[in-house]
Amino acid sequence: MSTDEIPDQIGHFGPYGGRFVPEALIGALEELDLAHQSALADPLFQAELAHLHATYTGRPSILTEAKRFAEHAGGARILLKREDLNHTGSHKINNVLGQALLTKRMGKKRIIAETGAGQHGVASATAAALFGLECVVYMGEEDTRRQSLNVARMKILGAEVIPVTAGSRTLKDAINEAMRDWVTNVDTTHYLLGTVAGPHPFPTMVRDFHKIIGEEAKRQVLELVGRLPDAVLACIGGGSNAIGIFHDFIPDTQVRLIGFEAGGDGVETGRHAATITGGSPGVLHGTRSYVLQDANGQTIESHSISAGLDYPGVGPEHAYLHDIGRAEYRAITDAQAMEAFDLLSKTEGIIPAIESAHALAGAMIVGKELGPDAILLINLSGRGDKDVETAAHYFGIPL
Amino acid sequence: MNTPLDRVLVKAKSENRAALIAYIPAGFPSIEGCKRVIKVLADSGVDALEIGFPYSDPVMDGPTIQEAADISLRAGTGAAEVFETVKFAHEAGLPTVVMTYWNPIEKFGVEAFAKEMARNGGSGVITPDLTIEESREWKSATTSAGINTIFVVAPSTAEKRLGDVTAQCSGFVYAASLMGVTGARTTISSGAKDLVARIRTTTQTPVAVGLGVSTREQAKDVAGFADGVIVGSAFIKILLNAGDEETGLKEVSELARELALGVREGR
Ligand SMILES: Cc1ncc(COP(=O)(O)O)c(C=O)c1O
Repeated sequence: MSTDEIPDQIGHFGPYGGRFVPEALIGALEELDLAHQSALADPLFQAELAHLHATYTGRPSILTEAKRFAEHAGGARILLKREDLNHTGSHKINNVLGQALLTKRMGKKRIIAETGAGQHGVASATAAALFGLECVVYMGEEDTRRQSLNVARMKILGAEVIPVTAGSRTLKDAINEAMRDWVTNVDTTHYLLGTVAGPHPFPTMVRDFHKIIGEEAKRQVLELVGRLPDAVLACIGGGSNAIGIFHDFIPDTQVRLIGFEAGGDGVETGRHAATITGGSPGVLHGTRSYVLQDANGQTIESHSISAGLDYPGVGPEHAYLHDIGRAEYRAITDAQAMEAFDLLSKTEGIIPAIESAHALAGAMIVGKELGPDAILLINLSGRGDKDVETAAHYFGIPL
Repeated sequence: MNTPLDRVLVKAKSENRAALIAYIPAGFPSIEGCKRVIKVLADSGVDALEIGFPYSDPVMDGPTIQEAADISLRAGTGAAEVFETVKFAHEAGLPTVVMTYWNPIEKFGVEAFAKEMARNGGSGVITPDLTIEESREWKSATTSAGINTIFVVAPSTAEKRLGDVTAQCSGFVYAASLMGVTGARTTISSGAKDLVARIRTTTQTPVAVGLGVSTREQAKDVAGFADGVIVGSAFIKILLNAGDEETGLKEVSELARELALGVREGR
């Protein structure tokens, strides 16, 4: 399968993607697209980013085989791509450093970001400190409560955190507020969007900054086991860690690509964030993709124990991969994710982010389906330090 | 095309003045209350009406319109209520357009939405987040239905793009007076006048200015260079702050009469 013409010049992945934004933002999106294109072709830019990854992020991230955890996954070999070991504790830093360099390239001095779990906000605040940029992070009030540790981290790093009290007070509303800021301050400000959603060029650009995950992992898996994995698994919020690890495997059609959405209380209850599994095509936040929406096209609030997956949209490339059948998307409930969270902690000594625990829960299911000969590559997108309070409440551990 | 909106803009021009265009979300302050507001606007010198389709994620709107949209959504406003309101306004004698984010149109069905607008006497639709690149299906649906397509241009719209956008507009070109979201401002940015001048080099279509206008003085200024003056948040603020509906309607009427004087003083 060729993916050369995907996306097209204006960011369409089949019927998905594109630009649905106020005209006021078109200039900035075109400027960003040009900056990204020229950076891709600029060896100096690529060398600077590679140097940052080697000396700051901690790339390449390692591959860890989870043998004791594998006993709970049908005996399949479980290989964890350790994005949790990156500086700031998740994959988010890959995209943030790339966009921060582009911000400098465009001569802008201020970045704004939205954040759900706080990981993207922390990574943005980190890059702002490193490059001397002003940083404002929009975060739903509900998320500032459940991820309070990350709010403090952002403040320590010198960022301003603005709690958003509109709507569901979660990630979707934080994005609305960031877009309003951007429309107003677009001359001086770069919107450092944290996932593969939003208007073109964000889905493509953010993917390009994350595809290093899959490129490294492919080499590492080949080195360790001498063949490609049977399946690559990742959790899906907006879809950035998933597209990052999937992308290099898209042409390898024998490798299954499986994304795990947040099933919340169960897709059948309506209280979930499983956008592809439980949503329908529509437009949200500047792009056409799957959306949780009602009969009037109003966005339905999502629900998940995981702040980073609690989003009623998803990146357009995932919508496309789903429709053409190249990737599969399934839902994992809060309870399944928390079981996997507990299990990885107790069997491997690795506390995963609750987001990533959705992919681990997926591995427990897929491993049983494929059996002990299977090799599963899982993106461990983040570490669980930020989730200790939520987990303590969930498991009844007194604090 | 010759919609009621087209005709009222021609009439205003023949009177050497700008048209006054008022914005109110359907279903605000309530589904029936909205109709009473429309009646008052029609009787107080407003020339044309924009009815907002309330949306859950209004990224172009400031706090005032967000609050009104929330109230309207909680009252259960959907496409049926929007069209019902269009019909009411049309029957009250006001040329009427709907202003809506794109997703409600896509969900309703692009062709069906355009048809339903026409069937209820609507003149056209303003689509603030539909870029011209994504508008092909919409253009063909609205052409068949015979309604106006109004796109928004911004001070940041580049020279080489401006003509492409205005070429897709009919009824009027919506010139956003500033870089920002909706909401009353104490001053109208000088950028508005420049933008209107730039737009006029690309098209004969009338140009209306929106974002921030709230007073007679501002309406007069804008009427000096634009064909239409759009006022939204100022009316909504009155209705949000009014102790009771009667007071609100009285103040809306007073403001509309003042603004109607303003659009006649500009030239
Ligand atoms: C550790 C971790 N994984 C996954 C996600 C979900 O985002 P995405 O789907 O873009 O990878 C987040 C978002 O906050 C996160 O913090």
